[in-house]
Amino acid sequence: MQPVATTFFFYFLSGLTLLSGVFVIIRKNPVHSALALIFGLLAQAGLYLMLYAPFVAGVQIILYAGGIMVLFLFVIMLVNIERSQREEQFNKQWVVGLLAAVALGALFVVVYVKGKALFPYRIAQPIESSNTQQIGVMLYGQYMFAFEIASLLLLVAIIGAVVMAKKRI
Amino acid sequence: MLNYITSYLSSNTTPGQAGNVFWATVYILVVFGGISVAVMAMNWLERKALAHFQIRLGPMRVGPHGLLQPIADAIKLMTKEDIIPAEADKFVFWIAPLIILCASFAVYIVVPFGPTHAITDLNIGILFMLGVSSLSVLGVVMAGWASNSHYPLIGALRSSAQMVSYEVAMGMAVVSAVLMTSLHGLGPYGVGVGTSGTGTLSMIGIVQAQQEQHVWFLFKFFPLGFIAFGIFAIAMVAETNRAPFDLPEAESELTAGFHTEYSGLRWSLFMLGEYAAMIAVSSIAVTLWLGGWYRPFPNTLTGDTWDLVFSLFPALTFLTLAAIAFVGVRRMPKHPYFRVQTIGLAGFGAVLGLIGLILFAPPVRDRIQDIFWFVAKVAGFMYLYIWYRATFPRYRFDQLMKVGWKVLLPIGIGVLILTAILGVVL
Repeated sequence: MQPVATTFFFYFLSGLTLLSGVFVIIRKNPVHSALALIFGLLAQAGLYLMLYAPFVAGVQIILYAGGIMVLFLFVIMLVNIERSQREEQFNKQWVVGLLAAVALGALFVVVYVKGKALFPYRIAQPIESSNTQQIGVMLYGQYMFAFEIASLLLLVAIIGAVVMAKKRI
Repeated sequence: MLNYITSYLSSNTTPGQAGNVFWATVYILVVFGGISVAVMAMNWLERKALAHFQIRLGPMRVGPHGLLQPIADAIKLMTKEDIIPAEADKFVFWIAPLIILCASFAVYIVVPFGPTHAITDLNIGILFMLGVSSLSVLGVVMAGWASNSHYPLIGALRSSAQMVSYEVAMGMAVVSAVLMTSLHGLGPYGVGVGTSGTGTLSMIGIVQAQQEQHVWFLFKFFPLGFIAFGIFAIAMVAETNRAPFDLPEAESELTAGFHTEYSGLRWSLFMLGEYAAMIAVSSIAVTLWLGGWYRPFPNTLTGDTWDLVFSLFPALTFLTLAAIAFVGVRRMPKHPYFRVQTIGLAGFGAVLGLIGLILFAPPVRDRIQDIFWFVAKVAGFMYLYIWYRATFPRYRFDQLMKVGWKVLLPIGIGVLILTAILGVVL
């Protein structure tokens, strides 16, 4: 089946991501920044869908937007932000920041112009109906070792969190 | 253009898979309207059923037997004053109910009412449903925080902690059911070589796997499927903050939890989102364990006569409801003040009877089967929700968290491991 209105959706989703990124840094209120980040992550999931990666999009929504951002919001709401909001925002290094951002932007432009041959002309269109199955087969077959190492890392993190948070018995 | 619209009618896939935007929009509007009507009906049914459980009558005045009560409630909520607390964050206060509403309604994209009666059939169907329904936690947290008042904040933090904890238990139960889709063999213990056995996350694929394995996943590897279903049934009640897990919105403890400061239309958006989420997680349970849209016994009671018998069920259901309405008409008081209500109830009964008669016609009968059985099973779950609310006392918050993490999660992991072992061995 042919995708519909690809151009519109691409510009809409990437525009939403950029706008959300800008709002994350601009807003004084940290809850507004977190909210903007949530919108950016959801737009990112849409972009993953456009790249024919539905599993990654689904996992992005579950873990990133639905888990990690909830964690962010918990911390923001349990810590008293009021005082820091009333303090004066200081950005006395804005010249250096601007120069660094311009340099990074120039680097991106140079890479894009000079290295046009590196970007594929058409994106790969793997079959959508077997996406999860293929990921499962690769993850548990070819990349089993990396998978187990990542699980072990997560286990270490969980144990560390429990040890740091528990009361003394 | 006309070709675009009519070309879909001859295909047998969902509109999303056929890429037909027009029909996908039509389906979306139909599902949205259906769910909204279902929420209103659920509101009425809850008040009447709770009342009957408590040996009283419930709303009787507004329409005949309170049938117009939801409409009166909607009008009341729409005309109430919209209060925003002082020092509340206006943007977050405004957007929190919208997030809950959008998250609760977006899951209906993949709910399968039939083999092709879904808006679309994503490859990651069940993953999408779980993920998007977990976005409503964000709405709850933001609603509590934006109200700038301590009861909503405590209620929101408790509610979101509860929802996040029970999502883990739900995930374990769902993984057990998805594991069962990749098995071979027929019947509850998987003997014989019956099926192809490729696992799938798509909702339509899960129901079709149950059909190919000739058993509802409820009875697969009995009692493992049953325990997984039990875990999901308990976790889904906790996920939607319904009794007996409704401490965050308990009126005696926390005034009304995270939606205390919301009034009028905003509060009704919360209620709409909550009931829609209830129907959504019930559809997950029906799809994963109860065989989706298939009629009871599609493989043991086969043949044309049994098909005919079961295809009469939708019409008979509506005729039974019409009969109940007419019994109500007979029992109405014969006072002139009750004339309008009597006429109204008789009219309602006549409409139900007419729908029942239409459902007897063969072309309608064949097409309405799948949707009827799916909706009937989900309706059973809705009645169970109301029954739980009427009978069970509320869990205290620490008991609630203990059940979520220390009871349901270990049992879920155990069921998953045993299912995997049985799947490999048998």
